[in-house]
Amino acid sequence: MTTTTTNDVLLRAGQAGLFDGVRVAGTWRTGLLAATTWLLLGLITLRWPNKEVGFSDWAYTDEFGYAAVAVAIALALLALAGERAGRALLLLRPAGQWLVAAPLLLGGWEILTAKLGVLPSPFFAPPQSLIEVYSEDWSRLGISTAYSLRLLVHGFASGGIVGFLVGVTIGWSRVAGYWVHPVLRFLGPVPASALLPLAFFFAPSSYAAAVFLIALATAFPVAVLTWSGVASVSKSYYDVARTLGASERFLILRVAIPAALPQVFVGLFMGLGAAFSVLVTAEMMGVKAGLGWYLQWSQGWAAYSNMYAALIVMAILCSSLITLLFKVRDRALSWQKGTVKW
Amino acid sequence: MVSATLDTPVQPHSKTGAQIDIRNVSHWFKLPNGVLQVLDDISLTVAPGEFVALLGPSGCGKSTLLRLVAGLEPATTGQVLQDQETITRPDPSRIVVFQDPTLYPWRKVWDNVALGLQARGLLKEQRQRVDDALALVGLTEFADAFPHQLSGGMAQRVALARALVNDPQLLVLDEPLGKLDSLTRLQMQSELVALWQRNGFSALLVTHDVEEALFLANRVIVFSDRPARIRAEIKVDLPYPRHRGDARLAELRHEALRHLGLDASW
Repeated sequence: MTTTTTNDVLLRAGQAGLFDGVRVAGTWRTGLLAATTWLLLGLITLRWPNKEVGFSDWAYTDEFGYAAVAVAIALALLALAGERAGRALLLLRPAGQWLVAAPLLLGGWEILTAKLGVLPSPFFAPPQSLIEVYSEDWSRLGISTAYSLRLLVHGFASGGIVGFLVGVTIGWSRVAGYWVHPVLRFLGPVPASALLPLAFFFAPSSYAAAVFLIALATAFPVAVLTWSGVASVSKSYYDVARTLGASERFLILRVAIPAALPQVFVGLFMGLGAAFSVLVTAEMMGVKAGLGWYLQWSQGWAAYSNMYAALIVMAILCSSLITLLFKVRDRALSWQKGTVKW
Repeated sequence: MVSATLDTPVQPHSKTGAQIDIRNVSHWFKLPNGVLQVLDDISLTVAPGEFVALLGPSGCGKSTLLRLVAGLEPATTGQVLQDQETITRPDPSRIVVFQDPTLYPWRKVWDNVALGLQARGLLKEQRQRVDDALALVGLTEFADAFPHQLSGGMAQRVALARALVNDPQLLVLDEPLGKLDSLTRLQMQSELVALWQRNGFSALLVTHDVEEALFLANRVIVFSDRPARIRAEIKVDLPYPRHRGDARLAELRHEALRHLGLDASW
């Protein structure tokens, strides 16, 4: 380092995250700061006794504390190793400021729940209680996640395919548009969950009913956006293909659909959001399996930590699926410039 | 840019050029509040291998005539024939190059050029033709680029390659250089002449640039305001390659402007 004024140092400390992208030889200072905050979290957890709340102590308090200390040690080693740490450091560097902030947030949570009991205890569980849930109820949680995922994939895939085909058909054929469009306009905006009682009554099983409703919720936005995508394809694209000798089949498959694809992905994105919401509602109302059911069940037993644990799993699941969708889109639409990054 | 040489024989008399006969064509557009006549009794013949330019004020209906020749729309009255056969639908023997390159943004340059062959199911056996067409317009290195990475001139060259790969008998050019900057435009005009001389197709060019029409064409047809009528026909009796400073071109230019009612500013 060259000589620097105090101001420079302050500026750097403040903008450490900005400098993290730059390869700087030597130690990783934000990493050291993160190690310190994690150590602080560990010490608070281990040294500050939990507040007695009338039942046996929170389990896994020590484990949580040791885990925080372990993270602190790992970060400190990485930070001191600097460049020699290689890939791990490259991956962690951009997250530097989050690594500092996360233990502070966890610490605040820990203090407000386990240590001071400021937040009422059955409703707000400390972080270590999540560890308890994951280590003791992982099988039920895992099966619930698998059920949810299966139902979602069934519903979303069938809804996406049907919506896409409907959209292309009404976008392309005037006759189909005449008949299907009004139906779509009238029934499409009805929230799929409103049809739950009806679907459970008519469908052979509650699973089939839920697949149908998720498909319905997905199909509507996909159909509308595919349709508008196909309908708004520039007429000159067709003129070009027609003068080059293209058949109608070629016009649909090679011109209309690729040109409409960006819109189709917007529809799929919206459909996926709608599908999540119907999924959870259906599982709470009658499917008796899956994360929605797990939420309902844990609430029934006043097992709020289980509920938080399930919510976190759900967040990871939904976020991963959206990420996956965006990855697929980025691949399919790599020809576009400046697409929104998720 | 173009690998064809400019010193090929002056008049290309190739067998591959189509003859186009436009016989007493009038055309009306249906509008919400009635009909609008855009073409009024046009008769015109393009000889095989001839380069004909249609010159007229913008919006006069020249481009409509091109759409009729391309077969994209049927004429309201009259006949359009290619080698004595009535044109009823688009055909890859008559390829249009539009003012906008209208490349498909989701296809790489190579795949855009391959479009016509792919549409007719010829691509598997004739991939080489795509490479050749790209080489012809000097864009071999850009085969893997996406259209949004190209400049305007390059994109229009790709559109030309996409047309030429089909070995058309008639190239229909709808103000293909209209949106290019003036330097690229001059360069592309020379390239067009070279491509035409080399390949021997007939060419029908719509433009509202008097110099461009005179520089490129064997014959310049001057159109009136809408509904378009043929007002004059100017034979450009100059050998290729032409020189922009040629005194004869200046003379013809004056004549063309006079037909357009613009010679006061000359």
